[in-house]
Amino acid sequence: MDRFRHGDADAFEALFREQQATVFRWILRIVRDAGTAEDLTAEAFWRIYRAHARFDAARGFEPWARRIATHVALDWLRARKPESEMTPELEAKLTAGVASNPGVQAEIRVKTAEAFTRLPPKLRVAAVLAVVEEQPHRVVAELLGITVTAVKLRVFRALRLLRKDLEQQGIRP
Amino acid sequence: MTEMKRNLNHESERMPESEWIKDVLKAAMPRIAEDAEPSRDLWPDVLRRMDREPVRVPWFDWALAGGLVALAAAFPTAIPVFLYYL
Repeated sequence: MDRFRHGDADAFEALFREQQATVFRWILRIVRDAGTAEDLTAEAFWRIYRAHARFDAARGFEPWARRIATHVALDWLRARKPESEMTPELEAKLTAGVASNPGVQAEIRVKTAEAFTRLPPKLRVAAVLAVVEEQPHRVVAELLGITVTAVKLRVFRALRLLRKDLEQQGIRP
Repeated sequence: MTEMKRNLNHESERMPESEWIKDVLKAAMPRIAEDAEPSRDLWPDVLRRMDREPVRVPWFDWALAGGLVALAAAFPTAIPVFLYYL
């Protein structure tokens, strides 16, 4: 860790080999697309390397790397146009019933996924991590650099906006 | 913020509806597998980014260079003296 903090490229490569799958999975949870997650993982490690001097070994590499990865994913979500996020592959998956709950109709799944892409990125990240990936609010708060209350509010707002969007399309409980 | 908290409490009272939207969201966006891995080695991508990094010149280097050019323009006879001390 100390060698990495001093900019040693070999130490960085060793850390990369050890942590790339973890960082990849974390980004994938946010962006929901494997190809994009791979690109963003490389981007995250590049940012990690550039920030090596700010690394605090006492706080551990993984939480620090996850925090940087979360911000890389969030930047990507902010830069994307909402309508371009529902790829034909994802739509086909949802329609085919790959989703976890077969009790929910395919059409509702597709419309929900579409409506979700229309939410503001910071609400989406909080909702996807806390609700879909079932991460503790404390973990999400730490990664986003906000309080637990703020995470709860973001999740609440995301679900409320999502419900309103679906209601406008005639989808109700 | 207080109003939002009040809404939050109100929302928890409407539990079935709140649970419904969570269920719908979970159905639309399945959880990512715990063993998901990248399909290829990403190290070459990281190296490419590291190689591409532009050389950054600090602002004070630019200021120093600008000052020297201005000095040379104002006092051309000082150029040989400056070169002597380089």
